[in-house]
Amino acid sequence: MSRRRVAAVVRREVRDFRRNRFVIGSMAVMPVVFLITPMITLFKIPDSASGPAAKAAVGVISLFLFIVPIVVPPVIAAYSVVGERDQGTLEPVLTAPIQPSELLLGKATAVFFPAVAIAYGMYAVIAISIELAAAPIVRTVVFHPPQVLAQILFTPLLAAWSIWACIGISTRVNDVRVAQQLGTLAGLPLLAFTSLITFQLITPSVTIAVGLALALLALDIAGWRIVSQLFNRERLITGERADRSHPAATS
Amino acid sequence: MTSPHWFRRRRVALATGGSRFGAVAPTEERTGTEAATALGSDEQRQALGALAGRSAAEAGGSAVLVEHLFKRFGDRVAVDDLSFEVAAGEVFGFLGPNGAGKTTTVRMLATLIGPTSGSARVAGIDLAAGDGLEIRKRIAVMTENPGLYLRLTVAENLEFFAGLHELPDQRKRVRDALGAVNLTTRADDLCGSLSKGLRQRVALARALLSEPTILFLDEPTSGLDPLASRDVHELINGLRAHGVTVFLTTHRLDEAERLCDRVAIMNTRLETIGRPDELRDRLFTKTLVIRTAFPLSDPEPIFAVVGVDDWRADGVNRYVLTVSDARVAAPEVTRALVAAGADVLSLSEGQHSLEDVYLELIDHETGAEA
Repeated sequence: MSRRRVAAVVRREVRDFRRNRFVIGSMAVMPVVFLITPMITLFKIPDSASGPAAKAAVGVISLFLFIVPIVVPPVIAAYSVVGERDQGTLEPVLTAPIQPSELLLGKATAVFFPAVAIAYGMYAVIAISIELAAAPIVRTVVFHPPQVLAQILFTPLLAAWSIWACIGISTRVNDVRVAQQLGTLAGLPLLAFTSLITFQLITPSVTIAVGLALALLALDIAGWRIVSQLFNRERLITGERADRSHPAATS
Repeated sequence: MTSPHWFRRRRVALATGGSRFGAVAPTEERTGTEAATALGSDEQRQALGALAGRSAAEAGGSAVLVEHLFKRFGDRVAVDDLSFEVAAGEVFGFLGPNGAGKTTTVRMLATLIGPTSGSARVAGIDLAAGDGLEIRKRIAVMTENPGLYLRLTVAENLEFFAGLHELPDQRKRVRDALGAVNLTTRADDLCGSLSKGLRQRVALARALLSEPTILFLDEPTSGLDPLASRDVHELINGLRAHGVTVFLTTHRLDEAERLCDRVAIMNTRLETIGRPDELRDRLFTKTLVIRTAFPLSDPEPIFAVVGVDDWRADGVNRYVLTVSDARVAAPEVTRALVAAGADVLSLSEGQHSLEDVYLELIDHETGAEA
C-alpha cells in the first residue's frame, strides 16, 4: 500500500469534483433540505412535552442526521468507477502502477471527508439551535452522552459504508444513475439498524454505542476488501469476464 | 479490392519470414544524431533528453518477447497463437485491420487483461500473476482515447500520473514532459478547452512522464493535423535516439513505414513480421517501369534481354518489366531501347509501399475467409 499513490488519487478526485457544478450543487442543497424537517420538529416541541414525546421527536431529528452521511456519498462515489469508464479515463489510470485497493481507497477518502464534514456540520447547526432555543426536555434527551457518542461515532462509519457500497456497485454497473440509486438503497438497511438507537428502542449506553461502532468499522473494512476484490480490470475495460484459467499479471 | 495480377506472390516465405520472429534489427538506418536533430526545438530536445533517462537498451536483450499468446472472449478468438519479439531500443510497428487484436495484444502486454494461454515477457519481467505492478512501472501506454480529466488543467492531469508513478521532483518532470510535446505554455489550460490534437499531445506527455523503458502508442496521430503528426513523428524519432523501445499501433501505413525499424501485420494471428523493405522484397517481385514518348512497335525483342523475366504493357507507352535484379536488367534494357531507337522518357525501379504489402496480405486473408 503506497500512501503517496493514495494521496495522488485523493488530490485528483477533490480537484475534479470541486469543479463539477452538479456535485457542488447537490452537496450544498442536500444538507439544507435535510435540515428543514429536523428544525421544524425541533421548534414544535413545547416546553411542556413529556419525556416519551421528546424522545420520539429527537429520534426523528437523529434519523435525519444519520440519513445525510448515507445519501451524500452516492453523489460522488457512484461516479467513481463507472463514470471514469464512461469518460475514458479509467484505462490510462489502470495502466499506471497502482493497485486496485489503493485506487479505491483514494477515491473513498476523497468522498469520505466532505460527506462527514457536511454531516457533522449539520449536527453542529442542530446542536447550537437546541442549545439556544429548544425546550429544556429536548436538551436533556439530545445531549445524553451515549446519544452524542453514537451520533459522533456512527456518522463517519455510516458514510464509509455508503461509500464502499456505492463504489462496489459502481464497479459492476454500466450507468452512473443506476449506481447512485442502488448505492443509496444499499445504505438504508444500516439506517434501520441505527434507528433502534435514535428512537431509543435500544437504551443507548456508551458500551452499546462503542460496540455497534466497532461492528460498523469491521463492516467498513470488509467492504473495502470486498470491493477491491470485485474490481476486475479486464471486465472494466472490455466488458468481458476475466479469464481465470491463466495466471495473468492483472494485479 | 484485387491485387495487381503481375505481382508474383511469394506468400509461403512471407508468412513467417524464415524465422518465427523475423530478423530482429533495431535501428541501423538512422543515426542517433539524425534522429535527435529531428526534434523541433532546443527546448523539446532538452526536455526529451531529461525524460528519456532509462532506456530499454540499457536493460539489454529483448524488450518484449511474446510466445504463443492466445486470447478468447467467449466464443470469439481475439488473438490467435501470437509470437514475436521486439528488440530493446527498437521502434516496432503493429499493424492490422479493425478487430485484428492489436489493442487486445497491447492490453495483455500492459497487464490490463490476462491472456487465455501463452506467455510473454515485458521489460524483462514475465507476464505472470503478481507482476503487473512491476511491469506497469517500466512501461507507459498511450491509449487511442487520450482519457484526460477535462475539468483538470494540463499540468494537474500530469501531476496526478506523476503521483501514481511516485516520481521524484514531480513539477520538473511535468515541465519536461510538456516541453517534449511543446505544450509548456498550455500547462494551466483546462483539458476540456483543448482541441483533440492538443489532448493527444497531453496524453503523449503523460506517457513520457515516467521515463518508460517501453512506450506503447496506440494510434498516436489519430485525429492530428499534418503538422502535429509531424511533431509526434519527430518525438518518436527522438525517443529512438534515446534508446526507448516504442511499440506503435497504427492504421497509418506511411507512418509505420517512415518510423518503424520493423513491423508486424496481424489479423487475429500474425501474418508477417520484418523490416518494411524486407516485406516488400518478400512479397513483391522487382519491377522496372519504362515510359516512352511513343508506343514501341515491337517490344518483345527489346525486352528479351538478360535479367528480364516477364513484361507487360501498362497503357499505350508505359511498360512494366518483371526483373530478378534491377541493377543487371536496367542497363541491358536501356541499351536495347536505345538500339531500337525508342524515345525513352523515364526508366525507374517499381516501388511498392508498405500499404501494398498490407493490402496484399489483408486482402488475401479476407478473400480466403469469404
